[in-house]
Amino acid sequence: MQSSIELRRDPAVQYVLRIGDTCLILGQRLAEWCGHAPVLEEDIAMANMALDLVGQARALLTHAGHLDGQGLDEDRLAFLRDERDYCNLTLVELPRGDFAFTVVRNTMVATLLKLLWERLAVSADAELSGIAGKAVKEARYHQQHSADWVVRLGDGTAQSRARTEAAVARAWRYTPEMFDSDAVDDAAHASGLGPRWSELREPWLAEMTLVLQEAILPLPPASAFRSTGKFGRHSEHMGFLLTEMQYLQRAFPGAVW
Amino acid sequence: MTAQDDTQGGQEWPLWEVFVRSKAGLDHKHCGSLHATDARMAIQMARDVYTRRQEGSSIWVVRSDQIVASDPGEKAMYFDPAEDKVYRHPTFYVLPKAVDHM
Repeated sequence: MQSSIELRRDPAVQYVLRIGDTCLILGQRLAEWCGHAPVLEEDIAMANMALDLVGQARALLTHAGHLDGQGLDEDRLAFLRDERDYCNLTLVELPRGDFAFTVVRNTMVATLLKLLWERLAVSADAELSGIAGKAVKEARYHQQHSADWVVRLGDGTAQSRARTEAAVARAWRYTPEMFDSDAVDDAAHASGLGPRWSELREPWLAEMTLVLQEAILPLPPASAFRSTGKFGRHSEHMGFLLTEMQYLQRAFPGAVW
Repeated sequence: MTAQDDTQGGQEWPLWEVFVRSKAGLDHKHCGSLHATDARMAIQMARDVYTRRQEGSSIWVVRSDQIVASDPGEKAMYFDPAEDKVYRHPTFYVLPKAVDHM
C-alpha cells in the first residue's frame, strides 16, 4: 500500500491544481460513459473528451509538481493525494447521472475552461500559457459539442426536456463555487499567473444564457448554497471516486502498462 | 410536443457517408459511415469517429440515401466493354523527351 503525499500550501500550486484537478476528475467521470453512451458515435465522442481532459490534467499536474519543487510527478499527484488535497470543483465529482446531466455539466465546465484558457494564454507563466494555447482548442470543441446536445434535448421531446431541465436545476447549484475568489486567486492576479475566477462570471453567464435560451430552458435562480470542492472540502461522492481512481497505484505502487 | 414525439427515439437515425481530406490539396476520400440526426451532428460525429488520429483537415458528409449508385446488376454491361479498348489509354502517344516522366 502506497502512503499519501503532501504538497506545500503554495498559492501558485493551488491555482494550477484547481484547473488540473477539475480536468482530471471530470475526465474520470466522463470515462465512466465508455461503453455506455446512448449511441456508438457519442460513446467515442465522450471518450475523446475524457482523454482530452486527462491530457490537460497531465500537463497541469506535471507543472504543479515543478512549481511545488519536491520532485513529484503527474502520477503521484493524480493518484497519491488525500481527498482534502484535491482542488477540483465539486460539480465535476458529482456522479455521472443521466445523459442530460452529463451534457449539461460538460457544457458548464467547458464554457468555464474555455474562458479560463483564453485568459491563461497570456499568463506570465510561459509553461501555463503554452498548455492553455493547446487546451483552448479542445475546450472550444467540448463546449460546442455539449451545448449542441443541451439544445437538442432541451428543445426536444417532453421526456428529454424534463430531464434536461432537472439536470440544469441540479448542476446550477454548484455554479457559485466556480466564481468564489480567495487569496489564491488574488496571488495569481498579482503575479500575472492568471485571472481571478470571479472575473469569468459575467462572460460565463452570458454564454450559458445563450445556450439555455436556444434550448428554451429557463435560467435557474441564483442559489444560496455554496459548495467548496476547490478549497479541498468535497462532497460525499469524492471518496468513492478516489477509491476507484487511486486503487491501482495504491495497491501496486509505480505500476505501468 | 405530442406523445408521438417520445416514440421517435425507437427509430434509427439516418445514415451518413463520411469523406475526409487528409491535407490541403488532396481529395476527400470516403472513409466510412455513421448515424446522426442532422448534418451538424454528422460533421461532429465524423470528427470524433474518423479524425481522432490526425487523419483529417476537412470533412464532407452526405446522407447515404442521397447517393445515387450504379446498379450492380448492370456491372457487365457498364464496365466490361472497356476491357479491350486499350487504345483509350494515353500510353500510345510518344512524348517528347523533355516531358518524359508525365
